[in-house]
Amino acid sequence: MNVRSQVSMVFHLDKCIGCHTCSIACKNIWTDRKGTEYMWWNNVETKPGTGFPTRWEDQERYKGGWEKKNGDLQLRSQNKSSALFNIFHNPNQPTLDDYYEPWTYDYQNLFNAPEGADQPTAKPISMVTGEYINVEAGPNWDDDLGGSPVYAQNDPNLESLTPEQREQLFATERLVFFYFPRICNHCLNPSCVAACPSGALYKRGEDGIVLLDQKRCRGWRACVAACPYKKTYFNWSTGKSEKCILCFPRLETGQAPACFHSCVGRIRYLGVLLYDAARIEEVAKLPDDQLIEGQRSLILDPFDPEVIAAARASGVHDSVIESAQKSPVYQFVKVWKLALPPHLEYRTFPMLFYVPPMSPVMASQDGGVIDHVSGDLFHDIEQSRVPVAYLAKLLGAGQENKVRYALRKQKAVRWYRRALTVGDVTMEVASRMLAEADCSAEEAEAIYQLTSLCTFEDRFVIPPMHREEAIQMMEDPLEHKASAGFGFVSAPHRGM
Amino acid sequence: MTNPTMNLLLFAMLPYVALFVFFLGTIMRYRKAPFTYSSLSSQFLENNQHFWGLTALHYGIFAILLGHLMGLLIPRQVLLWNSRPLRLYVLEIFSLAFALMALVGFVGVIERRIRYPKARTVTTPADWIIESMLILQAAAGIYVAIFYPWGTSWYSTSAAPYLHSIFFFRPDISYLVTMPFIVKFHVVNGWLIVGFFPFTRLVHALVAPLPYLWRKPQLARWYGIGILPVWPRRPSGVRD
Ligand code: HEM
Ligand code: SF4
Ligand code: SF4
Repeated sequence: MNVRSQVSMVFHLDKCIGCHTCSIACKNIWTDRKGTEYMWWNNVETKPGTGFPTRWEDQERYKGGWEKKNGDLQLRSQNKSSALFNIFHNPNQPTLDDYYEPWTYDYQNLFNAPEGADQPTAKPISMVTGEYINVEAGPNWDDDLGGSPVYAQNDPNLESLTPEQREQLFATERLVFFYFPRICNHCLNPSCVAACPSGALYKRGEDGIVLLDQKRCRGWRACVAACPYKKTYFNWSTGKSEKCILCFPRLETGQAPACFHSCVGRIRYLGVLLYDAARIEEVAKLPDDQLIEGQRSLILDPFDPEVIAAARASGVHDSVIESAQKSPVYQFVKVWKLALPPHLEYRTFPMLFYVPPMSPVMASQDGGVIDHVSGDLFHDIEQSRVPVAYLAKLLGAGQENKVRYALRKQKAVRWYRRALTVGDVTMEVASRMLAEADCSAEEAEAIYQLTSLCTFEDRFVIPPMHREEAIQMMEDPLEHKASAGFGFVSAPHRGM
Repeated sequence: MTNPTMNLLLFAMLPYVALFVFFLGTIMRYRKAPFTYSSLSSQFLENNQHFWGLTALHYGIFAILLGHLMGLLIPRQVLLWNSRPLRLYVLEIFSLAFALMALVGFVGVIERRIRYPKARTVTTPADWIIESMLILQAAAGIYVAIFYPWGTSWYSTSAAPYLHSIFFFRPDISYLVTMPFIVKFHVVNGWLIVGFFPFTRLVHALVAPLPYLWRKPQLARWYGIGILPVWPRRPSGVRD
């Protein structure tokens, strides 16, 4: 066992209201500089939809992530020699058109326009060239299913559905969508790190945050092609790639990342997971249908004395082990099995997990009455408006039973609470549902607490990051007393 | 360029100034402004014409630089190879083909930067200057190759000794003074490129990521320890 700690995340999709507050919080702090205008380290997509960049899930085209070739794990975008031969022109690199051309408006025109018959307008101006442009697409133009024929119907996940299911999904009276907020997953087997020819990307040993060394990046842009989630971005102005840093400066001072902190729906959870790094390679080679269980088996029980001893031996600080024991992520992912990784079939082992959303019950059934005493109490999950097959493609590496399990448990918890507080369901029915959903009353209570009544401290269990150790090893703090700080302080100006 | 003082300045002084600036400039830039070391790729902004210019340029220039290097390091072997006419023709034709490829590439990339507004916004004055110099350099080289044939042979007997004399600090310009103007131009422009190199995007050539070939795929950095592969065990005893 080679125990490592990883700051991990859960997004509870059932709670996301699609307000984009998270994206704006991130943009205001990190990506309002030249060359980063088009980047959304945090973005919120409407699903079904094509996402950002357009159709990022289509790996036939973008060639992100890993694939198994002759029993070996290989990047889809390159191998070692092709990385060097194609370095002058990367055949798999997405371009600005796959995202959108960022723009602002010519507000001056509102004041300076000569007098005329019409109201002056503020024409859009490209933030790349500074010239007037015709805006044709933006990062979120499919919000709430806007432009469905162009966007929603081209969602790559729809491949998992039969033609009838597709038709049903888009029938007006069944129309349904949910939100899918995305940040870098800070993967255990990151393809961005493996692809970088300069070795500029790395995982922080202590907490697993994946960072991109700006001094070491040479703009070979292999990471942009290799990340299947398209969460490394190329800064066209500085000629360096950039990515989500999980707000590590905030984490190091005990604050939640900005997108977590600002989340209006309180859908975000953060905490430490202990995992066994020695088995990653082996698990990454499992067949698709064993991947979910495989990743779960990498995550270790922080209460197990053996794990604790091994963690100490591998240098994990006691305070971090303690933090792992309180981690809400551990509960959601490993104990309750409610949260699932996105597109695990890319084999990067994302460490951001999603609780699948409950879609609205189908009101058209039996004239609007849901028959909750029928033999199968979970029938509406099978017939839910978002087909389970769709969610399984997105969150279950194709395994419908994993998604179904999470949905059934969520439903059972709801009905249990309904029996307790509303009373229109008998406890007998609720108990039967809990039993069928593999959930005890205590567990249901705990899920309810952490889902609905969670405080800031419940949602964000931030481990001590022990930066003092890092700083002491590199610098003498006294030497810098009253000076302007440590490290990289030169401005990020483009080279000559 | 027949004035003896001028000859001395251009062929004996300029090389040392250029080399001095090259080494000092690239090292200082690497140490003081590592952030500016980048290929400054513009593929993200313009990807239609990108392939043609960029690949032709690089594959062409690599072959040509390799040729110049071989003439410099193993001139005898090159002459030996050229001692049979057929082999000489083959070498000449390949050299010319790669040189044309490089020229087409250089013209292609600069034309691309003129044509596409997005590529133009990320073009600096240094880019215009160095790319023009490179075009002139390639064009001059090709002119020499066509009008003063069998350069692969006479390079070994005249240019190579000249370069040796420079690199061993015994500058001897007698090999050059009798050369035609265009050859002299090629030499002078070459030294100017060397001297201007540290102030341009060309520094990206110095950080070519060859270690990628033998590196482990995953990397982690630990406080105070530095970079290690992620998967193998962390060395014990590092933290209390
Ligand atoms: C040694 C290894 C080298 C590597 C790995 C390399 C790689 C690259 C890359 C990735 C780019 C950016 C391409 C893009 O826009 O996406 C580039 C651009 C360029 N390289 Fe190199 N290069 C190397 C050597 C050279 C040499 C020796 C020269 C010339 C003497 C050269 C001249 C150029 C020029 C002029 C550009 C800019 C082209 C433009 O206008 O876009 N490179 N190189
Ligand atoms: S999601 Fe993040 S860690 Fe994973 S491959 Fe992409 S950039 Fe790397
Ligand atoms: S702030 Fe929270 S609720 Fe709002 S879109 Fe982002 S993740 Fe969803």
